[in-house]
Amino acid sequence: MAAVQDGPMELDTEKETKPEILSDGTSKLSGNAASGTLSSSPLTAGGAPKQEDQQTLIAVLQFLRRNKLSESVEILRREAGLEDQEDSQTLDGSGGGKGDRDGGEANSLLSRVSITSAAAPQIILSTSVTNEQLDVSVVLSAYSQQGDPSLYQVYYSGLKNFIESVLDCHRAELSQLFYPLFVHMYLELVYNNHENEAKAFFEKFGGDQECYYQDDLRVLCGLTKKEHLKGNEVLLDFRTSRFVLRISRDSYQLLKRHLQERHNNQIWNIIQEHLYIDIFDGMPRSKSQIDSMSGSFAGEARREVNKVKVFHGLLKEPEIEVPLDDEEDEAENEEGKPKKKKTKKDSMGSKSKKQDPNAPQQNRIPLPELKDSDKLDKIMYMKESTKRIRLGPENLPSICFYSFLNAYQGLTAVDFTDDSSLLAGGFADSTVRIWSVTPKKLRKVKSAGELNLIDKESDDVLERIMDEKTASESKILCGHSGPVYSVSFSPDRNYLLSSSEDGTVRLWSLQTFTCLVGYKGHNYPVWDTHFSPFGYYFVSGGHDRVARLWATDHYQPLRIFAGHLADVTCTRFHPNSNYVATGSTDRTIRLWDVLNGNCVRIFTGHKGPVHSLAFSPNGKFLASGSTDGRVLLWDIGHGLMIGELKGHTDTIYALKFSRDGEILASGSMDNTVRLWDSTKAFDDVETDDFTAATGHIHLPDNSQELLLGTYHSKSTPVTHLHFTRRNLLLAAGGYSSQ
Amino acid sequence: MAEERRQKLCSVILPTESMKAMAESVGVGSLQEDSCLALSEEVSYRIKEIAQDALKFMHHGKRRKLTTGDIDHALKLKNVEPLYGFQSQEFIPFRFASGGGRELHFYEEKEVDLSDIINTPLPRVPLDVSLKAHWLSIDGVQPAIPENPPPVPKEQQKTDSTEPLKAVKPGQEEEGSIQTKGQGASSAEVKGSSAKMVPLVMKPRSTHELSVEQQLYYKEITEACVGSCEAKRAVCVCNKCYLFLFQVRVNVVQNNLALLIYLMRMVKALMDNPTLYLEKYLHELIPAVVTCIVSKQLCLRPDVDNHWALRDFAARLMAQSCKTFSTTTNNIQSRITKTFTKALLDDKTQWTTRYGCIAGLAELGHDVIKTLIIPRLSVEGARIKAVMDGPVVSNIDKIGADHVQSLLLKHCASVVAKTRPLPDMVDQYKVDYGYLGTMLCSHVVKARAQAAFQAQTVNRTTLTITQPRPTLSVSQSGLSTSSGSRAPSIIKVPSSLTLMSTRPGTPTQPSPPATKYIVMATSAGAASTHIIESHTF
Repeated sequence: MAAVQDGPMELDTEKETKPEILSDGTSKLSGNAASGTLSSSPLTAGGAPKQEDQQTLIAVLQFLRRNKLSESVEILRREAGLEDQEDSQTLDGSGGGKGDRDGGEANSLLSRVSITSAAAPQIILSTSVTNEQLDVSVVLSAYSQQGDPSLYQVYYSGLKNFIESVLDCHRAELSQLFYPLFVHMYLELVYNNHENEAKAFFEKFGGDQECYYQDDLRVLCGLTKKEHLKGNEVLLDFRTSRFVLRISRDSYQLLKRHLQERHNNQIWNIIQEHLYIDIFDGMPRSKSQIDSMSGSFAGEARREVNKVKVFHGLLKEPEIEVPLDDEEDEAENEEGKPKKKKTKKDSMGSKSKKQDPNAPQQNRIPLPELKDSDKLDKIMYMKESTKRIRLGPENLPSICFYSFLNAYQGLTAVDFTDDSSLLAGGFADSTVRIWSVTPKKLRKVKSAGELNLIDKESDDVLERIMDEKTASESKILCGHSGPVYSVSFSPDRNYLLSSSEDGTVRLWSLQTFTCLVGYKGHNYPVWDTHFSPFGYYFVSGGHDRVARLWATDHYQPLRIFAGHLADVTCTRFHPNSNYVATGSTDRTIRLWDVLNGNCVRIFTGHKGPVHSLAFSPNGKFLASGSTDGRVLLWDIGHGLMIGELKGHTDTIYALKFSRDGEILASGSMDNTVRLWDSTKAFDDVETDDFTAATGHIHLPDNSQELLLGTYHSKSTPVTHLHFTRRNLLLAAGGYSSQ
Repeated sequence: MAEERRQKLCSVILPTESMKAMAESVGVGSLQEDSCLALSEEVSYRIKEIAQDALKFMHHGKRRKLTTGDIDHALKLKNVEPLYGFQSQEFIPFRFASGGGRELHFYEEKEVDLSDIINTPLPRVPLDVSLKAHWLSIDGVQPAIPENPPPVPKEQQKTDSTEPLKAVKPGQEEEGSIQTKGQGASSAEVKGSSAKMVPLVMKPRSTHELSVEQQLYYKEITEACVGSCEAKRAVCVCNKCYLFLFQVRVNVVQNNLALLIYLMRMVKALMDNPTLYLEKYLHELIPAVVTCIVSKQLCLRPDVDNHWALRDFAARLMAQSCKTFSTTTNNIQSRITKTFTKALLDDKTQWTTRYGCIAGLAELGHDVIKTLIIPRLSVEGARIKAVMDGPVVSNIDKIGADHVQSLLLKHCASVVAKTRPLPDMVDQYKVDYGYLGTMLCSHVVKARAQAAFQAQTVNRTTLTITQPRPTLSVSQSGLSTSSGSRAPSIIKVPSSLTLMSTRPGTPTQPSPPATKYIVMATSAGAASTHIIESHTF
């Protein structure tokens, strides 16, 4: 909701300061100057609205008009094809006013406004993030017509008795109804000012609910007044998004018949209005099957949501042939490597040339071209990977633990560069610190004046530009005005991103150790940010419940991924950079398509906020960890949960697959690092075709078999895990003395 | 139970009185009951809401503790001005008071003199964040280094040592205690060096040459223990306490007071270490501590050195271990008491030993003083008088008597003050306590005045004297679980024990290398009498 509102406000503050960038943004987002080059328009325009609710659109139009965003009104109407009812009288009034103010700039300004309008329908499209203007009246009005408040308990217990009396096979499925019905009935009572009835209702049936809804019930029980409903986003979302239940046809018929016999219209109305029952044919699911999938704010994911094709394969390495040539030169020039090794690498290169059938097109998302330094890095990577240790249950990785001493509980985020040479820490005191973990010290580039004196033709110019006087093992980056919640290195090690409580994401240069850009837009704490594996793009997610996709050279987001019902707590790029995964406090994980901003997967099953995500190196699987101490494994292609790893006793903040994907490492607040046999976990499931067809999973309870090792640290929560290119596991965390 | 808790949650609402109080504080005089109720409900709801948001910040800050900063950030989300001035972590401004059926939380606001703040030197700058790397695991095995937690949790140590089957086979038990979960065999190898040291203790009586490695190891440990770093001492001492007894033995006979003090501090570190299951090593520790309390001579110049302080410290340690470890099966306290009493009753006991016995008993608590020391006051008084008033025998005796006297007065006065009814008549005291009566009386008067001192000593452990059990369950060392109380025996060891090699630079180097000593602990359990025997080749 903030995302929509912030647009116009922000506009005013920024238009004076950055007019030139402003016009740049205009050309990109209005879509008329779209070109294939990366700098101006890296992505094709977002998918046009297809079948949205007329009413919602009208409401948006009203909102825009009230805020005098006439151009947006125009564009939105044109795009939505709503030419009929509105006429252009508003344009004269408000649009004219703006035009007068600043003739030359007005055009760019006004078209700039279209940015927000382009974003707005998208948001409303993808789900139900609503405006303050819409929510209270529209959303709650559904509750206005009422039956006798005293009968609510009778209705509910009637249904309860019925469900308890049905056959066992149906009971588990129908029990899913309890929680959403309970919440809606309670809220209805509250909304209609029957405070005492509501309290009595809560007290009587609150204890029956599943234990994993405890946290929500705690929120709910504090809420006893109609006024409280207004400000509470969580419950408004409960209202606007229909709670999804998956029930077999037989069970549904049974329920329908019962409600019709009893003329229990109250409950029937709620089911009709607020619940979405996804009916499937076949055997009713068992209790354990249901439990494994439930727990999120809005019920399970609808089946059709996860049917979209996801290109989860890896991109083929286009540069392979180039570095091979380079490499020969390099090897001969610099080190004079023996010839044997080259042939080995040749074979490796040809292997990866085969196109994965599941991979997206190479240019589906425009990616930055490789620079020479990137190619050198690739070569380094390949050299290192030939020395990689092959891990497995018999061959566990060594773990090197980096403890932050004297951090006084202030360490909030850690990241390693891919080549494990640098380590960055984000702290609660708003600073970011960078350490070199190799003997090579960190040096700044010389100042502009000094740079002029350097002979640019000399061979070691890259060495000469560095200021030897500034060499030190660590550097401090100051600039944020609140705790830094995440840091992320760019793959080329030239940049660092940090996101903070102050609502900004900052881009830092690791050449000069200064801040380059502050990306504003979230306006609320930004919980996580992550660089794309190819650089250039990055994604951020925060308290405003949206994730944003940015490009480093644009100060406005390229995509806004809206749909989560609560804070976006963690964000990760898919290894092929075409998708973004986000985890949220609403206990779901969503996968978004970078190309069109659509949500292509919704994974439910966590019973607490999701705090860590990790893609397997082959891009097929996703692992997620949450506050409940469980790691869940997901098959992205089929959209299925395929494993549950139990063992941790506290929030899991770090997850990482080994470089070849055989081992999953998880690090938690409970001061342990655990290693899991991911090969086995994935193999067990991949053989099973039936589950893939129906979507109903039987999770084997084999956490203990999959657990390969538990390593306790000394009162040091594990905040980050990283596998070096040779498969050494690096862990990091802040030592807390008590 | 969960349901109960939830109902409780549901009903938690701020009392209307606090609404009234707050209204008054901002100048609203008469607030109606209805408005109070409405306000308190609203405020309670908002507070809960803010607390929920603050929790989010705690989670993202990767902490387990909610801080005031989290609440500030949560307020900021709601566009509310944060509360300033609550940055300190320890400072909780509310104080609690109750009385007259009312409970009250209030601010404790002190007047602060600004000049004081200006004149105080600046506090030390806190240490900067630094990075330290260590191996959490090497090829899947967790190395036993100080940076990693002890491989065996305390509970497991306990089961290991109480499990009879394992206790019988010490070799097996050692391996079991060191195993990390799942990777037993290889981890034992990794920790070979420390594991190998254990048999050294298990057979204290067999005398053999220490290998060069063991000597090196011993040196390292000693340096760590004697060094100035308290933390290092606690860490290094962890699994090496068995070496400790050796050191006490050696140092007692060397009269090296400084080192003994260090060693006693080491015992303290051991006891304060919460992760250590010390019960296993009590039979090693207690004799050493007792030695430091009652030994005839602890230093080279008993007339000058303050070995009394060491005795006091050791006595306190003894009392602490009695408190912590005494159970019905090992009866440490009663056995210790018996030992002390026996020495005290002996007429020939030296003043130093006498001092130690009294100190040891006195530390055990008021009941012990009352039952064992106070009845002896007149006897001791007579003895002190004999030394003080009689012909000058030796300076050492005089000092000893003097110390015993002040010790007796110190400890008895508080007890007497509590048990004896008023008034304090000097004559009556003289009758009851003999020579010491006069001084005791004045001390008691003082003690009565110092109520605070009493309060401190009130909750000491009480003593229940029971028949000492002849057997000792902790018996890994092969120490004889003797039946009945055997007379303390002197065991002469033709010692080829070259524990103290003449390695230069070692702080524990003995002065006369030709002489070898050993201390043996025997008879009714580990915690009993100690005889020091010197044996010269």
